[in-house]
Amino acid sequence: MSILNIENLEAKHGLLAAVQGISLALEQGETLALVGANGAGKTTLLRTLAGVHPVAAGRIVFDGVDVSAMPAHRRAAAGLALVPEGRKLFPAMTVQENLLVALSAKREGRWNLSTVLEAFPQLKPKLKAAAGTLSGGQQRAVAIGRALMTNPRVLLLDEVSLGLSPLAVQGVYDSLRGLMSKATSKEQSTTIVLVEQDLQRTFQVADRIVCMLEGRVVAMGRADEMTREQVMGYYFGHRTPSHATAATATATTTTTTAPT
Amino acid sequence: MIWLNQLVQGLMLGGYYALLACGLSFMFGVMGIINLAHGSLAVLAAYLLFVLADRFQIHPLLGLVAVIPAMALIGWVLHRLVLERSARAGALLPLLSTFGLASVLDNSMFQAFGADTRSLAPYIDSLSYDGWTLPGGIIVGQLAVLTLVVAIALLGGLHLMLTRTALGRRIRAAAHDPDTAQLVGVDARAVYAASTAIAMTTVAIAGAFLAMRATFDPYTGPYQLIFAFEAVIIGGAGSLWGTLVGGIVLGVAQSLGAQVHPQGFLIAGHVVFLVVLLARVYAGDTLSRWVRMFSSRFTNRA
Repeated sequence: MSILNIENLEAKHGLLAAVQGISLALEQGETLALVGANGAGKTTLLRTLAGVHPVAAGRIVFDGVDVSAMPAHRRAAAGLALVPEGRKLFPAMTVQENLLVALSAKREGRWNLSTVLEAFPQLKPKLKAAAGTLSGGQQRAVAIGRALMTNPRVLLLDEVSLGLSPLAVQGVYDSLRGLMSKATSKEQSTTIVLVEQDLQRTFQVADRIVCMLEGRVVAMGRADEMTREQVMGYYFGHRTPSHATAATATATTTTTTAPT
Repeated sequence: MIWLNQLVQGLMLGGYYALLACGLSFMFGVMGIINLAHGSLAVLAAYLLFVLADRFQIHPLLGLVAVIPAMALIGWVLHRLVLERSARAGALLPLLSTFGLASVLDNSMFQAFGADTRSLAPYIDSLSYDGWTLPGGIIVGQLAVLTLVVAIALLGGLHLMLTRTALGRRIRAAAHDPDTAQLVGVDARAVYAASTAIAMTTVAIAGAFLAMRATFDPYTGPYQLIFAFEAVIIGGAGSLWGTLVGGIVLGVAQSLGAQVHPQGFLIAGHVVFLVVLLARVYAGDTLSRWVRMFSSRFTNRA
């Protein structure tokens, strides 16, 4: 059974339909990357999944439970965590306080303060520093660590590399790869939905890639069966779903596709 | 020596203003809501204590054991029924709704208790008038000292709660960004209701000291609100220790003003408030730079 089922999901900004009839199914332990130009609806989709943007139509079924009307804090308690775009730390609070506040989700699991600090050792000497004083890369590490402290079953990562130096991006992705490899089995590991503009990195970490354009899914396929050129074509709208290759033939705006 | 005496009395009075302003500052800092019913709620707490003292001969300080939970419950209900709904419509609606609530409270208390002025002073024995004589013949009232001590303890307790407890972390997170706080499992709605309840416990204590040190009637609330508001603005909105400083500055200004002229008590307080307000509006950046400069010099010397 899929851990997260998105069924004909729609979300709006006023009258503008930002997400239009998206259906997806995510398996436990899968890493799915959402790619698309600015305004494609990726961030709105993640925010809707996390519960901080309302569902206009459709359903979100998480671990067999319809969470479409569930408030964000209860989704976090159920194991659905979002690392929002732009870090969104509590800048006046210390790094330690930023991490500990996530204990409010009250979820048991392998992630606690010491395991998060093992995953992000650069935060150890900064525990008592105000989060707002950290570098961009360190702040991103705190944001990811804070989400991990909720012991999520599904981790939604929105633009983790945005605004960071290449070195900081490398550090964040090294940590992410560490997180992914720490689970003893695919079934036990965290499912990740990643929004990323850097296609090279997307191909390195994702099991499956979903291309979005104007609120719709226009292509979807296994990362090892897609090429950068194909994805770029969908990214800029040069290709349409009718151009889908064998690898991406399952991509439609409404098709539910599980990884093979 | 007269001026020193006025300074000391102003300091003590400032303790009361800090106590009164504490809940107002807390609610503004956490939820961004200016509760215009703040003074009326303090008077409501004073009436509840008066009823317990007058009808059941319960000492006002002992009566707080019952009145504090009652006011906390009122705060929780106030948030769920009024503040939460009105805050969704922006900053103006909570102002209007709490203004309306203040009118309802004032007139309801008038209906229930009449226009007579009351005081809890007769129920606290000699605490209302006993004092200590300091060197130089300056006399400080025991109740005034108790008020200042309670104000410092309450503000310190709130500070510790905010910085050292899980609830405090949740309150600060929700105060900064409720959406992001919810993403990590914080129920911002429950946190806001709890914060209103906490603010109302401070209002209960402020109401007790208001009624023990002075007289009150159903329409005393709006005047208390003005003093609380001035203390919050002088000390910096949302800052707990700033509220203590603001209360003391206001109290000292009033006390020194009263020495200059009988009408100077109120005028001096309002003038200081206006000067600070204008300075914050027109020279906020410069003031912040000065504060940072002096802080860094002090730190370097230390």
